[in-house]
Amino acid sequence: MNLLGDAWAYLVDGANWTGTGGMLELLVQQLLLTVTALALALAIGLPIALWLGHLGRGGFLAINISNMGRAIPTFAVLVLLSVGPVGVGTLGPYGRAGLATLIALVLFALPPIITNAYVAVREVPPEIREAARGMGMRGGQVFRRVEAPLALPLVVAGIRLALVQVWATATIAALVAGPGLGRVITDGFYRSDYGKGLAGAIVVALVALVLELLAALLQRVADPMRAVGAEDACDSASDDGSAATVPSTLDDTAEAGAPRPTGHA
Amino acid sequence: MAVTLLAQSAEPSCYSRTVNEWICADYLIDRHPELVDATVQHLGITVVSVLAGLLLALPLALTARRYPRLESSILGFSTALYTIPSLALFPLLVPFTGLSPLTVVVGLALYSLTILVRNALEGFRAVPDEVRESAVGLGYSPLRLLFRIELPLAIPVLMAGLRVATVSTVALTTVGAIVSYGGLGNLLASGVQQDFKAQILAASVICVVLAVLLDALLLTTQRVLTPWTRGRTA
Repeated sequence: MNLLGDAWAYLVDGANWTGTGGMLELLVQQLLLTVTALALALAIGLPIALWLGHLGRGGFLAINISNMGRAIPTFAVLVLLSVGPVGVGTLGPYGRAGLATLIALVLFALPPIITNAYVAVREVPPEIREAARGMGMRGGQVFRRVEAPLALPLVVAGIRLALVQVWATATIAALVAGPGLGRVITDGFYRSDYGKGLAGAIVVALVALVLELLAALLQRVADPMRAVGAEDACDSASDDGSAATVPSTLDDTAEAGAPRPTGHA
Repeated sequence: MAVTLLAQSAEPSCYSRTVNEWICADYLIDRHPELVDATVQHLGITVVSVLAGLLLALPLALTARRYPRLESSILGFSTALYTIPSLALFPLLVPFTGLSPLTVVVGLALYSLTILVRNALEGFRAVPDEVRESAVGLGYSPLRLLFRIELPLAIPVLMAGLRVATVSTVALTTVGAIVSYGGLGNLLASGVQQDFKAQILAASVICVVLAVLLDALLLTTQRVLTPWTRGRTA
């Protein structure tokens, strides 16, 4: 286990964290990339998916885009983009090959966002939608006051999946000389300094778990059913969230289209 | 495999450094042994990983079903694994498995658990209670019940998971290039270092084709294994 010792030595040496090219700078770079890519993907994907879901059209595309996204290797897209026309030079604070990486990240964040948002709106029970129409709501009102709130948990689940995907892809960007913490891993492995590579991997994995936990918390906050007991969906008196919260943080069904644990009325 | 890039003939080939075209038939012809080797390695790693994942997922799903209190831990564990980026997971396994194909196989098998355990569990749950009770009433032992009744009836949901797992494993195998066992990913990695466009595009395309072919193969297998569903699905 000499390798683990080397990794530990690398991690506790403050010099490896500070300065240009230090792990802190790379961490900030990768977080910045991740947040920007996620924001862009949300700005592009959410309106389209929610609108399609509201209209009930384009389902084939919205659902299959996730399957297509899975079949296409992120590594290949990163390589193609960086060797292609957008791959040269740096992009401000995003570092080397920043534009190629950013485009790839947005592309891979889109499928989970689109699929989940579409399915989320489609899964609003038709009775509820009809009841809203019967009460005299217009299309826009039905969407804003009925579909959107009910769709929110699944939409957030999609964002959570996208976040995991974007962080992973941002790490892989280092294989094509992109920015971010992945470079610590690739530098270590390409120069046979495996302790360093392992140290980078540990930091990347830890940040990934922290991001996932934050996303899980966000998902819990976004769930309108969180304060409602599993048996009695009408009792909204206790909204402190302590009583009978159904989904736990990690075992929640994040797969699009999976039935969510909601109260059986 | 020391094939020199310098053209044998007077005219530079379309994959020489000066021309460097994306699409180049000469490259495919001259370098096809290399491409075949990489594809075979890619396919081997993918198949072994998914099979290992399946062999792990079935007992885990059965355990989760047998002991409901363990269910959230098992599902939580397999989901947490998935959040670790592949480029980090492979190095994390290196202290235990070394710079070998085993590192990639173990990593990919762990990833496939996320989808396989969940689907195996849902597949077993999809077996109607009446069917299970009838089998018990007919005197089926638990093991025979599992292999003759529950597993066959779980196949549609299980196969759906297997298809998703296989397709994403084909894509993820490329990242194995970090430990030099990435199949087509090795060609991508060396391609980006040498700015070798024909190689990059060829490896990318083969990778996607491989995923589509394996998916079609699994779909066909599922149709053959579950003749009773044929009338229902489109």
